[in-house]
Amino acid sequence: MANLKEVRVRITSVSSTQQITKAMKLVSATKLRKAQNAIVQMRPYADKLRSLLLNLADSMEGDSLAAYLNERPVNNVLLIVVTSDRGLCGGFNANVAKQTNILLKGKYAEQAAKGKVTILPIGKKGFEYFGRANAKMFTDYREAFQNLNAERGFAIAEWVLDAFRKKQFDAVEIVYNKFKNAGTQILTAEPFLPIDMKTLATSKVGKTKSDYIFEPGKTEILEELIPRILKTTLYRTLLDSHASEHGARMVAMDKATDNAGELLKTLRLQYNRARQAAITNEISEIVGGAAALG
Amino acid sequence: MQVEILTPDKVLFSGEATSVKLPGSKGQFEVLSNHAPLVSSLDVGSVRVKTDTGDQNFNIKGGVVEITKDKVVVLA
Repeated sequence: MANLKEVRVRITSVSSTQQITKAMKLVSATKLRKAQNAIVQMRPYADKLRSLLLNLADSMEGDSLAAYLNERPVNNVLLIVVTSDRGLCGGFNANVAKQTNILLKGKYAEQAAKGKVTILPIGKKGFEYFGRANAKMFTDYREAFQNLNAERGFAIAEWVLDAFRKKQFDAVEIVYNKFKNAGTQILTAEPFLPIDMKTLATSKVGKTKSDYIFEPGKTEILEELIPRILKTTLYRTLLDSHASEHGARMVAMDKATDNAGELLKTLRLQYNRARQAAITNEISEIVGGAAALG
Repeated sequence: MQVEILTPDKVLFSGEATSVKLPGSKGQFEVLSNHAPLVSSLDVGSVRVKTDTGDQNFNIKGGVVEITKDKVVVLA
């Protein structure tokens, strides 16, 4: 039978852990709501951008756009790996790392063997993981999730677009957790550049009537619009990942709290059994002693 | 007319206005209601919204504006 004191110490430690996980769950729930709000806030902006683009879809040509549209032989690859800054969120970060490794060993194995795959970690966990793996990295934006806002998100996209235009990279892909609902994240790897025209032009937003005057001209507006849409897309993936993180953490912490509860139950049972055994023991000793005297 | 100024972070302004002054990439211009449908790119500058209750200024770092008959949508 376990020692009374030992069991008591374990009970205190488990119940304080339970308190922590419970608090973390509540914090994540609040942060999740905030993160979801941010997604909702940017929806009108993204919708409007897309509907504008639809009106211009017929005049999608010109050299300036070719920079984003044309596929070229893939020599250098950039993988944008979106993880969280903190752990304790279940398989959230591990899944992203796993998916990235699948890409490195499958689709981009050839480039990876030549050391031509660069990883752009966003979020500290991805940075740490690929740092340990000695991957080639560009680390300027690893702390983007501290005070994430549109300006910061756009700055990252700006850098990526610029590097792509300068042909530092021939393909850019993003690996992240897409937000579905608080309990579900969809691990996603999607090509970011070059743009696939089909995904860009098909959208749920209806085409508005298009007898607009364009100033200064259709091409100039497209030149302004396309990078903006790309930036918004990237920012949106960051927001998605952020919301997913808190969702994942909430679920993980809820499970942890439940498990701690189970553990406490068995420990209490053990404790009471040990206590009763000790009492029974004592009584029988007293009775035995009294019998010996009488 | 209805005016909306949208950024990815939030809706900066949404409501009725009598006129809007915009920093178009080919020079500043002002829009009154019943303007012809227009799409224009915008430069860095300030958007001035005139309403019945006073004027409001918003600084933007470029963007696009879509103008339809009685609605102006600024994407900053």
